[in-house]
Amino acid sequence: MKTENSTCQTVQPLVPLCLRHAILGMVAGTLALSLTLGSALAQSSDPIRVGAVAPKTGALAGGAAVTFWPNIALWEQEVNADGGLLMEDGTRRPVQIIEYDDRTDPSETIRSVQRLANNDNADFIIAPYGTGLALAAAPIFDRLGYPMINVSAITDQVDTMTSRYDGVFFTLGETTPLAQGIAEQMVELRDAGEVGNRVAMVNVADAFGIELAQAAGVIFEQNGFDVVYNRSYPPTIQDVSPVMSSVIDANPDVFVAFSYPPDTFALTEAAQIQDLQVDAFYTAVATPFPSYRERFGDSINGVFGVGGVNPDSERFIEYEQAHIEVAGQGPDYWASAVTYASLEVLAQAIEGVGAPDRDAVTEYIKNNPFDTVMGEWVFEDQRINNYWTVGQWQDGKFHGIRATGDLEGAVEPIRKEGW
Amino acid sequence: MTRKEVIYAVLVLAAFAVLAFIPSLPNSAAVLSLVIPITMYTVLATSWALFSGPTHYISLATAAFYGVGAYMMAPALEVMPYWMVLPIAALSGALLAALVGAMTLRLSGVYFVIFTLGLAEMVRQVITWYQNNFAGTRGNYVFVDINDAQIYWQLLALALLVYLVGWLINRSRLGFAIRIIGNDELVARHSGINTARAKILLFMVSGAFAAVVGAVMTPRFVYIEPAMAFNPEVSFLVVIMALLGGVHRLWGPLVGAIPFALTWEVIASNFPAQTVLLMGIAFLLVVYYIPSGVAGIMEKVYFRARQQRREVSHG
Amino acid sequence: MQILITGILLGGVYAIVAMGLSLQYGVARIMNLASGEMLVAGAFAAFWVVMAHSFSPYVALLWVVPGAFVFNWLIYRYLLLPLVRRAKSRGQLEVDSILVTFGLSFALVGIFLMVFGGSFFNYSYLSRPVEFMGSRYGLNRVVAFWIAVAICAALWYWIHYTRSGMAIRAVSVDPVSAGLVAIDVPRMSTFAFALGGAVAASGGVLLSTFLTFDASVGIVFTMKALIIVIMGGVGDMRGAIVAALVLGMTETVVARLVDPGLTLASAYLLFVLVLLFRPQGLFGRSTT
Repeated sequence: MKTENSTCQTVQPLVPLCLRHAILGMVAGTLALSLTLGSALAQSSDPIRVGAVAPKTGALAGGAAVTFWPNIALWEQEVNADGGLLMEDGTRRPVQIIEYDDRTDPSETIRSVQRLANNDNADFIIAPYGTGLALAAAPIFDRLGYPMINVSAITDQVDTMTSRYDGVFFTLGETTPLAQGIAEQMVELRDAGEVGNRVAMVNVADAFGIELAQAAGVIFEQNGFDVVYNRSYPPTIQDVSPVMSSVIDANPDVFVAFSYPPDTFALTEAAQIQDLQVDAFYTAVATPFPSYRERFGDSINGVFGVGGVNPDSERFIEYEQAHIEVAGQGPDYWASAVTYASLEVLAQAIEGVGAPDRDAVTEYIKNNPFDTVMGEWVFEDQRINNYWTVGQWQDGKFHGIRATGDLEGAVEPIRKEGW
Repeated sequence: MTRKEVIYAVLVLAAFAVLAFIPSLPNSAAVLSLVIPITMYTVLATSWALFSGPTHYISLATAAFYGVGAYMMAPALEVMPYWMVLPIAALSGALLAALVGAMTLRLSGVYFVIFTLGLAEMVRQVITWYQNNFAGTRGNYVFVDINDAQIYWQLLALALLVYLVGWLINRSRLGFAIRIIGNDELVARHSGINTARAKILLFMVSGAFAAVVGAVMTPRFVYIEPAMAFNPEVSFLVVIMALLGGVHRLWGPLVGAIPFALTWEVIASNFPAQTVLLMGIAFLLVVYYIPSGVAGIMEKVYFRARQQRREVSHG
Repeated sequence: MQILITGILLGGVYAIVAMGLSLQYGVARIMNLASGEMLVAGAFAAFWVVMAHSFSPYVALLWVVPGAFVFNWLIYRYLLLPLVRRAKSRGQLEVDSILVTFGLSFALVGIFLMVFGGSFFNYSYLSRPVEFMGSRYGLNRVVAFWIAVAICAALWYWIHYTRSGMAIRAVSVDPVSAGLVAIDVPRMSTFAFALGGAVAASGGVLLSTFLTFDASVGIVFTMKALIIVIMGGVGDMRGAIVAALVLGMTETVVARLVDPGLTLASAYLLFVLVLLFRPQGLFGRSTT
């Protein structure tokens, strides 16, 4: 799934970053190379080489810049601050990250993974960012024998994927439970008399939006909701105001949008301008982004979104602090922490095996519990089965309110009071 | 067939036979990841040039055909075996080309360019709209056991086919008609050629090839997103490679695709943030400085050399 | 009624985008496929002004217009004029200019990607509702519409009531005869091309106040502008304005009543209808 971070608010820090990047890239391509070589040499023992492929340009670059890359940098720094990963023989080996930009192009993702394995001799490769890119790379990870711990790959084909590919893991959730989460939450609230019976649904017209909308639609109808509006819009939509006008004309009590970052922002803004009055307002990806809060301020109190975290847990607060120090920006309240957790799994598995032995690491991941920022993780059938499905903005923090498994820190939903 | 043609045919077949052994090389995975795009773009650019070379109509629709082929694979696989999808992809590509051609190829070239410019985006909108509202397909997953080597062989076979078709067209009445149209459409019309029909037919051939290539490439990606299938970069790269190689010879696009894809490999791994910019600049350089393509230059050099040799032997 | 007004508001802004292209194609005879990128450049400039300086985006017009003018002047002078001179026929020029501007559009997208990255951009400006005849509209759209009207009116006045405007019209009708009556055709063409670019960029500033942009969205606007120009009749300003309103309304009607996912398809439908029934434009006379 795409978790692009987008739009102006986050771009404020992004723009100078990008500029710097561009200049750096042009002037100091070779310099940077010699620097990494230099720092690698400076380290006491031979580093473990870890490849990272994700967009730095293209449609998903914005999302990767929030959810993916900062966590890689943070992880590298934290691991190496301890001297590296503890090996069987008692030595510590630092990690060295080798980065590739796949330009949001799946054939480039495949090529980069091959380059990492064949030319760079990477010991491990971090799963690519984005559903399409990650799934496209799964066969090649499998063929080359690399374990692949996916985060931002949300699909209903987890069963097929895990049965075909032995070393492929999923951590952020599956499509249907995520859609069920919000639908069941609405059923509960309606039965408690908190929200009305008329629901308007919109979705972004690609696999992610279509899968979620169909799963949620079934539950709404089974539970006697009146679906008064149900339309899709293209991922490239530039103007959502006609959509919002139609929604308002349908006079719903509940508004549910299975949306991507740009349209999440646009729909929220249109709802405010055109004054959509509903008992419950839900948008999907990017709702848990800090930039969403910066953009809309207090008006989003009570807005529902996909995913969530327990923002009050000690581990999360600690992680948030470290993330801000390293990246200069906060993590999002959903996939960021899970991305970091997936890296913790990799590190703990390597240390558990005591050597960068890929097959052994895959086996270790399957059979051992992990202590992560998301709490204890145990992989069942190559996937994590307890994850947040619905969260809500409450007093400036995005709290998980509903999860598939038993997760600590779920809060009661609050009522949304106008804009 | 003349004797010269027989020799050519044997040489081409021999070359293809040798190329077919690439997957059995050591470290073939890395080689294949480079050779697959080259072969793919060779087929696309050659089939593009089949139409655009003689007619001078610049088609920016390759991505639309490619996308149709790629996108239909997932739903089609649910009802039929893989090998049956390919001819159906070809048919859909040809059908789309016929539709577009019927609407635009009667008019001046500008309308055609404009129409094809946004075609990929438009088809993508219509398909996702249809899928969302009627088809109810939940995502587009392609799980078939086809590995890179098999994809490569299929592409190689397509390349052979595109050369065969190109050669046949050149010899046929259609090829003759289209050359006259390219030189002067008015003359062609006056000499009784149904110009629109000839152009549409050729465009259909070109569209069918692009659609099949899209379908063949799909198993590589497991999961098909509209944005991947209908990527306008494909149209662009095809035009640039064909122009670089030269569109007036059947083998022109080949000598464009190989060096371009290799250079591209270097650029993509060293300047990942600047690829689109460099692509644009490369395109401008080709248009300004190599208007007749590498093939044109090679022929010029060859003829000059032959002339000099003749002069030497005479002198 | 609300649909109608929303459509007109959108169409008004499309009108100036199309006018930019109409000047470039009608007068300078360049089918500029990079026109959408010029628009995106304008939108990014407005974005930058808002984010970095928190001025009103319309402040960006102050330097977007002269900046785009100079840039397009240079493009015509150094990239396109050589083609005009090299071309043996109008058809040859058409093919060459299409190829060059197509390449240019990719180069520009590349520059945008380098500088701004690949993410989506928008900002909040005047996102307050205004009430009109019982429905609510975004104030930003209303303001953009009136600024578009002002720009159109200025262009109209210039083309129809000034001496240089008349020269532009003369070149548009017949460049050869225009040269005979002492009009400096290359200079006028350059001027028209540069002005067209500036107008398109200012359209980008207006659109950015209520639409979301990313680096590669330019092609969609090029497409829409081309459709409007063809529909209105090449070089016909009145036709372009009417066509822009028609397109704006069609898109809004389709988005509201059929499906928001089919806006480009509806533009295509209009295009096909025009190609089939009035290839010479809404008000054009048949040329053959």
